[in-house]
Amino acid sequence: MTVEVRDVARRFGGLAALDGVSLSVAEGEFVALLGPSGSGKTTLLRVLAGLEGTDAGSVRIAGREMAGVPARERGIGVVFQHYALFRHMTVFDNVAFGLRVRRQRPSAAEIATRVRRLLELVQVPELERRYPEQISGGQRQRVALARALAIEPRLLLLDEPFGALDALVRKEVRRWLRGLHDSLGITSILVTHDQEEAMEMADRVAVMERGRVVQLDTAAALLREPATAFVAGFVGDAARLPCAVRDGAAHFAPLPIAPVPVALPDGPATAFTRPGEMLAHRGDGEARVRLVRDEVEGPARLVVQAGPAVLDAVAAPGEAFGRGDPCLLSLRGAHVFSAGGARARAG
Amino acid sequence: MSGAFRRAAQDPPWARRLLAGGAILAALLLLALPLAAVFTEALRRGVPAALEALREPDTVAAIWLTLLVAAVTVPVNLFGGLAAAWCIAKFDFPGKRLLTALIDLPFSVSPVIAGLSFVLMFGARGWFGPWLEARDIQIIFAVPGLVLATLFVTFPFVARTVLPLMAEQGRDEEEAAATLGAGGLQTFLLVTLPNVRWALLAGVLLCNARAMGEFGAVSVVSGHIRGETNTVPLHVEILYNEYQFAGAFAVAALLALLGLVTLAAKAVLERAAGRRAGGEA
Repeated sequence: MTVEVRDVARRFGGLAALDGVSLSVAEGEFVALLGPSGSGKTTLLRVLAGLEGTDAGSVRIAGREMAGVPARERGIGVVFQHYALFRHMTVFDNVAFGLRVRRQRPSAAEIATRVRRLLELVQVPELERRYPEQISGGQRQRVALARALAIEPRLLLLDEPFGALDALVRKEVRRWLRGLHDSLGITSILVTHDQEEAMEMADRVAVMERGRVVQLDTAAALLREPATAFVAGFVGDAARLPCAVRDGAAHFAPLPIAPVPVALPDGPATAFTRPGEMLAHRGDGEARVRLVRDEVEGPARLVVQAGPAVLDAVAAPGEAFGRGDPCLLSLRGAHVFSAGGARARAG
Repeated sequence: MSGAFRRAAQDPPWARRLLAGGAILAALLLLALPLAAVFTEALRRGVPAALEALREPDTVAAIWLTLLVAAVTVPVNLFGGLAAAWCIAKFDFPGKRLLTALIDLPFSVSPVIAGLSFVLMFGARGWFGPWLEARDIQIIFAVPGLVLATLFVTFPFVARTVLPLMAEQGRDEEEAAATLGAGGLQTFLLVTLPNVRWALLAGVLLCNARAMGEFGAVSVVSGHIRGETNTVPLHVEILYNEYQFAGAFAVAALLALLGLVTLAAKAVLERAAGRRAGGEA
C-alpha cells in the first residue's frame, strides 16, 4: 500500500504536534520515522492508523483519501508501544479478536487454523493458552504482531516496538522482523528514536523535527548529505563545532583545530564531524590527550581536551600517543552549515 | 531486630505490637461487639421465635418493599454508574470535572438533606407538587419517592469502584480493538467491560447493601405507612420504638446478615480480581 501524507497539521491546545508534515511511502517499502521525543513521530503514526484526527492537510493510503474513515475500517495493522494486548484474553483469543469482530465472521475451525498459523509465523505456537501477564516482553511483542497481522493488513505500523526488549533480544528481533516484512510483501512504517535501529531496518529513514519530516532518504544518503544542521547533528554520532567562515575556510578559534577549506560565504557557521573525521597529530599544540583506547583494527581512539572542550579523535596514520601528550587537531572532513542554512562539505 | 542497625522507618517491636493491638481492640469494641449483640438479642428466645417475628405481615411487607426498591435502584445505578465512569475515564469533554464532582455529591451530603430536597420538589407543596397532584401522581410518601431517594444515595458506589480501574487501564486496549476492526459496542462489550467486571460486581454489591440499608433519606420521603411505605430499616425503628424488641432485633439481625454476606462476597471478588489483574499487557 502506498502512503501519501501532505501538509498535515495537528495541534493539541497551543502545541503543534504535527506542523505541515509530508511523507510518501512506496508499495512494499519499509520506512522508519526517526526523531527525538516530541518530534511528532507517534502522532503521525496515530494519524495514519485513524486514532488521531488532523486539523489540515491530506492523508491518502493506497490512493484513497482517509479523512473521515474511522480506524476500524482502515484495515491497518498496528503494533502499539506497550503492545496493548487484551489482558483478560488468552494469547489465542487476542490473535483471534480481529477475525471474530468481522461482519462476515469465519467459522470457528477456520479461525483456529489461522490463529495457529500466525502463532507459528511469529514462532510462539506454544503460548496460545497463556495470558499476556504470563509471558515475557519479547513474547508479548510477537503476539501483538500476530494479532495485528491477523486482519491481513497491507500496511503495518510499528510504534517503538523494541522499547521494552533488552539489548540482546532486540538485535535479533529486528532482523527477524525485517525478514518477515520482506516475505509478506507488506508496507511497514516504524517509529523509533534509535537511529541504529532505523538505519538497520528501514529502506528509507524519515528524520522528524518539530512536527515535520526534514529529510526522507536512505541511511547512506542521510550520512553523506544531511539536508539540515539538525539532521547532521542527530544522525551518525556527530560532534557539533561552532566556527566562523573567512576567506573560504572554516576557523575554529578558540578551539585548537586547524582551519579547513569550505565553499561558504563569510560568517558564523556550525560544523558537524563524525568521530573518525577528527585527526590528532604529534606536535606541540594546546590540546592534550586525556585517554587512549587502542583498537584491534585501525587507528587508536583518543579523547582530547581542547581548551574548554572535550573531543573524540583518532590518531593520524602511523602515529602513537600516550596520556598527557600534547597534540594538534585537524579535520579530515565535516558538514558545515552557515547561519543562513547553506550547506557545504569541508575538507 | 536487636542488632545495632535498625532501618530509620522501622518502629521498635513493642510500639508496633501496641499499635496493632490497639487497632484490633478498637475494631472489636466498636464494630464486632455491637453486631454480635444484635445477633444474640435476636436469637435470645431461640431461632423459631426469631423466624416467627419475621413472619409478621407488616415485616413481610417491609421486606418485599425493600427488595423492590433495591431491584429498581441497583440496575439503574449499574448502568448509570458504569456510563459515568466510562465517560470520565475514556473521554475528554467539557464539564468532565463537574461530573466527577457530582458523582461524589451523595457521599458528602447528608442523606436527610437528600430526602428533604425530594420532598421540596415533589411534595404536595413542592415545586412540582400541584402539577403532579393534578395528574394524580404520588411520589412522596409512595414507592417512587423511596426509589428516588435511594437512587440518589447509592449513585456513587458503582461509579466510584469502577472509575479508578478504568482510568488506570487507559485507552490502549480500546484503540487496539478499533484498529482490529471492532465497532464501539463490540469494543465495549468485549474489551472494556470484561476488564472491569470484578470491580463492577463489587460496586453492585456495595450499592445493593446500601440500597437495602438506607435509613435517612428514605425516612424523610416514606411517611412510615405500615405495610405500604415502610422499608426494613424504617420498620426496625418503628418496632423498637414500640418496645417490640423481639421483632426489632430479629429484623435488625436479618439486615446485619445482609451486610456480612455482602462483605464476604466482596472479599471473595477482590481476591479473584487480584489473581487476574496483576500483570500489564
